[in-house]
Amino acid sequence: MPDDRGPIARGQARTAYLFLAPGLALFFLFVLIPVIAAFYLSFCRYDIIHPPTWIGIRNYARIWADISKHGVFYLSLRNTAQYAIGTIPVGMALALALAMLLNAGLRGISIYRTTYYLPVVTSLVAVSMVWMWLYDPSYGLLNYGLELLSRAASFASGREVVIPPQAWLGDPGQAMPAIIVMSIWRGLGYNMVIYLAGLQSIPDHLYEAAIIDGASPWQRFRSITWPLLKPTTAFILVVSVIGASQVFAQVYVMTNGGPNNATTVIVHQIFQNAFSFMKMGYASAMAFVLFALIFVLSLINLRLLRGGEVEYV
Amino acid sequence: MKRDAPERLLLHIVLIAGGFTMILPFLWMISTSLKPESEIFRFPPVFVPNTWDWANYVEAMKAAAFGRYFINTIIYAVAVTTTNLIFCSMAAYAFARLRFRGRNVLFILVLGTMMIPPQVTMVPVFIMLKRWPLAGGNSLLGVGGHGLLNSYTGLVLPMAVGAFGIFLLRQFFMTLPSELEDAARIDGCSEAGIYWRIILPLSKPALATVGIFTFTAAWNQFIWPLLIMSKDSMKTLQVGLQVFQTQYTTTWDLLMAATVVLTVPVLVIFMFGQRYFTRGIALSGMKG
Repeated sequence: MPDDRGPIARGQARTAYLFLAPGLALFFLFVLIPVIAAFYLSFCRYDIIHPPTWIGIRNYARIWADISKHGVFYLSLRNTAQYAIGTIPVGMALALALAMLLNAGLRGISIYRTTYYLPVVTSLVAVSMVWMWLYDPSYGLLNYGLELLSRAASFASGREVVIPPQAWLGDPGQAMPAIIVMSIWRGLGYNMVIYLAGLQSIPDHLYEAAIIDGASPWQRFRSITWPLLKPTTAFILVVSVIGASQVFAQVYVMTNGGPNNATTVIVHQIFQNAFSFMKMGYASAMAFVLFALIFVLSLINLRLLRGGEVEYV
Repeated sequence: MKRDAPERLLLHIVLIAGGFTMILPFLWMISTSLKPESEIFRFPPVFVPNTWDWANYVEAMKAAAFGRYFINTIIYAVAVTTTNLIFCSMAAYAFARLRFRGRNVLFILVLGTMMIPPQVTMVPVFIMLKRWPLAGGNSLLGVGGHGLLNSYTGLVLPMAVGAFGIFLLRQFFMTLPSELEDAARIDGCSEAGIYWRIILPLSKPALATVGIFTFTAAWNQFIWPLLIMSKDSMKTLQVGLQVFQTQYTTTWDLLMAATVVLTVPVLVIFMFGQRYFTRGIALSGMKG
């Protein structure tokens, strides 16, 4: 095919390939090849010392067997689901409520925004350590709060009310909720800022018109705020579900999956199998199960939140 | 919308109470980091230490190779930020401003990498670095040594470019007017010259945004350095924190002092670069 493009177009194409080369080479080396390699490894037994041996679908069969007899991987799936259900709806509702408060035309918004955003920029490892100290069963601030609460309750009711100190991270029933509370605290500011950007793009005159028509605050929320925020909500939901599926650092630092596997999550299982038990093939198969899970959930979320978009002019 | 005074007051009270909850853990962290050991294990707890024990900071820094961890973290974060700014802006310029065959397909492929959870590629990348030929005592076939594990190159290289940075910068470059470029082209400026002399100087805010996001993310990264840097002298701060935790005891005063040290740089960057954080969210297309 003769090159009938002008010198500018040819120069542009040449520059473009040159400029893309380093970035694309890195993606090729550290994303594309590893994905293919991981897929291959997921059909192998591999301990990094001996060469991988092909074992067909046995890794996936093992995952299936583990799930059906409620083994450790099943527990990690269940715990991850518990984490997602615990953090996402509450976290999003709080973030939206906060964003609406901040959008109410008060003074000092930027100070509030900074304060609520602070935990987002600090490292997950650092804040996990701080929260472990807050949750400490003997000297933690939280149990002190419980003691103050029981004193206040005793004073108010005139009888002795005792709320015993809790084990928090040491209790199989409380450990995951404790991690959930800490994670909501950490993620709140991020969702809030995104909701705030969404709210600020809703024109004021819509609310003014609604007020003239006598709409109640709830009606205004139902028919203006919520529908117009739908794309924002969709974005936050998709990002949050992906994030929750990959939860790891706070679990690794605060409980390392314990007590009694009560907080082990999918990525924790991948990590342990790959780098503690050296079952890299099995871990790769788990990673692909996670990949499929994220993919399907993202599709469902986008489908659920698509359609019914409203536009007011 | 105008609100009356009592209503405004109520909203402020709610927001202040909430804000206090948000910073309480940080206050507690600072308070603990300044307490002598006798005041830490006291119930009911002391909020403002009776004696301020600054020596905790000195002791924490001595407890491990903390100076080393600090330097490692800075090297890693600066290197990743630099490579990302260079490679992302180059790729973004090509996607935003140049015409070539396969542009859309390549761009979609790059965006597609954001869908792949890092846990999928973690194992093969680890193996690849370990078996890197002719590095860290490895032979040409990649055996015999530790490869690029426990090296800055191994830590930085897989993180040297990111799809999000490319996407963000492309969005910004597309908003720049094309008249300047056309004028430069007529004057005989090369495409690379346009990138270097026109596009980059006009994009300082967007570059600052990507830079700040990349730096804080790298500073806070945990799993990746945990995997790659097992040797003590190569650890980063996030990984090094664990020296204060043994199976049975945790030295909370020292741990909290170290946590303050590791948190402060990011908080300072956030305070000064706040508008860039907000801009990043606007740039990624959330504002409509």
